[in-house]
Amino acid sequence: MSATSAARMRMHARRKRTNAVALTLSLGAMAFGIFWLLWILYETARQGLGGLNLHTFTEMTPAPMSEDGGLANAIYGSLMMVGIATLIGTPIGILAGVYLSEYGRKSWLGACVRFINDILLSAPSIVIGLFVYSLMVARMHSFSGIAGAVALALLVIPVVIRTTENMLNLVPNALREAAFALGTPKWKTVMTITLKSARAGVMTGILLAIARVSGETAPLLFTALSNQFWSAKLTTPMASLPVVIFKFAMSPYENWQKLAWAGVFIITMGVLALNILARVLFKNKH
Amino acid sequence: MAAILPTTPLETAEPHVHQQTPPPARRRVAPWADTVFAGLARGAALLTLAMMIGIIVSLIIGAAPAIKQYGLGFFVSSDWDPVQDKYGGLVMVYGTLATSFIALLIAVPVSFGIALFLTELSPNWLKRPLGIAIELLAAVPSIVYGMWGLMIFGPLLGTYVQQPLQRLVGDTPILSTLFSGPPVGLGILCAGIILAIMIIPFIASVMRDVFEVTPPMLKESAYGLGSTTWEVVSKVVLPYTKTGVIGGIMLGLGRALGETMAVTFVIGNASQLSSYSLFEAANSITSALANEFAEAGEGLHQAALIYLGLVLFFITFVVLACSKLLLMRLQKSEGSRA
Amino acid sequence: MDAKVDTPVTEKAKISVRNLNFYYGGFHALKNINMDIPEGKVTAFIGPSGCGKSTLLRTFNRMFELYPEQRAEGQIMLDGDNILESKEDISLIRAKVGMVFQKPTPFPMSIYDNIAFGVKLFEKLPRAEMDERIEWALKKAALWNEVKDKLDQSGSGLSGGQQQRLCIARGIAIKPEVLLLDEPCSALDPISTGKIEELIHELKADYTVAIVTHNMQQAARCSDYTAYMYLGDLIEFGPTEELFMKPKRKDTEDYITGRFG
Repeated sequence: MSATSAARMRMHARRKRTNAVALTLSLGAMAFGIFWLLWILYETARQGLGGLNLHTFTEMTPAPMSEDGGLANAIYGSLMMVGIATLIGTPIGILAGVYLSEYGRKSWLGACVRFINDILLSAPSIVIGLFVYSLMVARMHSFSGIAGAVALALLVIPVVIRTTENMLNLVPNALREAAFALGTPKWKTVMTITLKSARAGVMTGILLAIARVSGETAPLLFTALSNQFWSAKLTTPMASLPVVIFKFAMSPYENWQKLAWAGVFIITMGVLALNILARVLFKNKH
Repeated sequence: MAAILPTTPLETAEPHVHQQTPPPARRRVAPWADTVFAGLARGAALLTLAMMIGIIVSLIIGAAPAIKQYGLGFFVSSDWDPVQDKYGGLVMVYGTLATSFIALLIAVPVSFGIALFLTELSPNWLKRPLGIAIELLAAVPSIVYGMWGLMIFGPLLGTYVQQPLQRLVGDTPILSTLFSGPPVGLGILCAGIILAIMIIPFIASVMRDVFEVTPPMLKESAYGLGSTTWEVVSKVVLPYTKTGVIGGIMLGLGRALGETMAVTFVIGNASQLSSYSLFEAANSITSALANEFAEAGEGLHQAALIYLGLVLFFITFVVLACSKLLLMRLQKSEGSRA
Repeated sequence: MDAKVDTPVTEKAKISVRNLNFYYGGFHALKNINMDIPEGKVTAFIGPSGCGKSTLLRTFNRMFELYPEQRAEGQIMLDGDNILESKEDISLIRAKVGMVFQKPTPFPMSIYDNIAFGVKLFEKLPRAEMDERIEWALKKAALWNEVKDKLDQSGSGLSGGQQQRLCIARGIAIKPEVLLLDEPCSALDPISTGKIEELIHELKADYTVAIVTHNMQQAARCSDYTAYMYLGDLIEFGPTEELFMKPKRKDTEDYITGRFG
C-alpha cells in the first residue's frame, strides 16, 4: 500500500469517526431533552396526584398546618382572570392581526407593529406586571382581580396577533379577489370570507394564548396579589392558582406544599390539554 | 399561409337576439362600514405601539427617584438593604447575567444537537412526535419548572453533583472558588441549569426551522462530493444559516433574561453575594422583583426595584431586537418561503 | 403605427377601451390599447404568457386596485360611463361585471350560501325567491342536477370542474351584464373543460363574455371575436373565423401556426 493511499485511508477513518461521534452526541442531545420533559411530567403527576382529591376543588386555601383545605378560591380566581383576559385580549389581537394582514402588509406602521409585537411576545412578563401596577393598582390604591386580568390580557394580545396574521397570510389571494369581484365591500370580505377561511388557525392561536397565560405567575404577583378567602369581586385582590402555588411552595408547611403540588398538577394538565386540543383542531382542518 | 382551422365549427344556428333584462334594483349596504372597520383594525394595531411606549414611560417614571438618587452607580454597589433604605443592584444584575450565561452554555450545544437530529438523523415517522415533545417543553409553565426545581432537582443536584464536585476539585485555584460554598443545591448553578432546559425548545426550534430552509441542492452538492453528514451540517448548513442560528440563540437569551418563576424558586434569594461561587445563593432582577415588590411601599425601595425592572427591560429589548433583525435578514436573503 | 382596431365591430360595443395604458410599478404592461368588446358576444383574448391578456381583463372590473403598485390610465367605457374615473361605488360596478378565476375559489360555506352570498350583498330577497334565484343560477351553470340534493354541503367538497361551475353560478346569480373568464379551464380536466365550453355558448345569450385563454383551439371553438396580444400590445382583433383563417398581421399568423409561443 503506497504512502498516499495509507494517509487517505487514515483520513477517511478519522472523518468517519468524527461523524459517528457527532451523530451520537446529537442523539444524546435529543434524549437529554426528552428525558427532562418526561421526568418533570412524571414528578408532577406523582406528587400532584397524591395531594389531589375532591376537597381540592371544593374547599378554600387553608391556614398553615391545618389538615383540610383546598384550592377552590385559587382555581376560581384563575378561571375568572384568564377568562376576562381572553375576552379582552382576543378581539384586540384579532383586529390587529387583521390590520397587519389585510391593510398593513407593506405599510411602515405594519412593519413597526410587527417588530414591536415580536419583542412583546418574548418580553419579561414581570415587566408587564409592573406596567399594569403603575397603570391601575397605584391609581386605584389597591390590588385587584381586574388589574390581574388586564395584565394577562396584555400577554394574550401579542400571541393572538402573531397567529392571526400568519393564518390570514395563508389565505390565498384568489379567494379575496373572488369576493371583491362580486362587489363585496372589504370589511365583509375580511369578516365573512377571509377570517372564516382561517378560522381553525386563529382558534388554535387563541387556545395557545390561553394556555400560555394560564400558567403565568409573575404578572399577577403585584396586580391581583392573592387572597386567602373567596373573592368574587374584581376590584379586590383575587387568588389565583399560580400565585398560591408560589406562596405555598416556598413555605415550610407540609400541607401547603402538598396543595402546591396539586395545583401544579392541575395547571400542567390544563395547559397540556389546551395544547393538544389546539393541535388536533389545526390538524383536522388542514 | 395556412391558418389553423377550428376543429369544430362555430355555432351557426340563427343568431340569438341578445336579451337585455333590466338588472335588479341594487342597494349599497353601509358605505361607512368600511371606514369604521379599517379604523378599528388600525386602532388595535396602534394599541400595540401604545403598550410598548406605555411600558417604557411608566418604568422610567417609577424608577425616577432611584435614578435621581443613585444614577449609574446603582449597578456597582452590592449594598441592598431595605431596612436602612440603601440600594445597590449589582447582585441582581450579576445573578441575571450569570444564570443566563450558564443557561446559554448548556442550551446552545444541546439545541444544536437536537436540531441536527431532527433534520438529518431522525426517521420521518419520528420527526413529528419528537418535534411536538420538544414544543411541549416550551408549553410547560415556568412555575412547574420552579416547583420541580425546588423540591426535586435542587436537592438532587446538591447531593449528586455539587458535593462530589467539591470533593473532586479540592483546592485547585480557580475551580475551588467557583465551586465553593454550601452545596445545598439551590443557587446560581441550579437556576442556570433549569433555565437551560426552559430555553432549549426555543433555540432548537429556530435552529431546526433555519436548517430546514437550506436549499436541498446545496446539501446534495456536498453529499455528492463524498462528505459525511457531520461535514455537510458543520461546513455547509451552519455557515449558510448562521445569521438565523445567532438570531435563535439571542431569542433564547432574551427569554432566559426575563424568566421569573423558575429562577425565583431555586436561586436562593440572597441579596448579598459572599463569593463568586456558582453554588452561592443569589438574586436575579426578576427574583428580587417577585419577592420584594408587593410589600415594598411607595418610596425608594419600590423605585429601586422598578429601576432594576427598567434595566432588565432595556437589556431584553436590545437582545430581542437584535434577534429579530438577524432572523429577518436571513429570511430576506433567501426570498420568502411559501 | 397602424390602427389597432383592425376590423370595425358591427354590434353595439358593451365595453370600449380607449388609449389604455397599464403599469406594474415602473413596468409598462399594457401599451395604448384601443378596442371594443361587442355586446352579447364572446370575445377571446389569446397570446403567449405575459402578453397582458389577464392584465387587460382585470382592468374591466378594477381588480387591480387591490394592489397599490398597479395603475391604469386611459378610458374604459362601460355603457358609455368611464369606469376608471366613475364616481359610482366600485362595488356596484363590480356587480355589473362578474369574474371567474383560473383556480376555482369556493367560499368556505355551503353551496347554497356560496351563491346567496353575492345576492345578499345587493338585494333583500325572501327565502322563496332566494331559493328560486339559486336554482336558476345553478341551472344556468349546468350544475343544478348534480348538487340539488346537497345544497347545504360545503362547496369545497365538489370536484374541480363542479367548483368552477359553482363559481360561474355565483357570478351569474347577481345578474351581471358582463362576464369575465380568466383562463377558467386551465385547472380542469378535459371533460369538465368541455362542459364549461358548452356553458359559454349558452351564456352568450344573456351576457357579454370576455374570456382569456392560452388554448387557441378553445378560443377558436368558443368565441365570436378574438383579440391577439403580444408583449402588452393589441396586435390584431377581429371575428374569430377571420383571425384564424386569414390573419391580417404576420405576427398573428406566426403565433397561430405555432412558430413561437
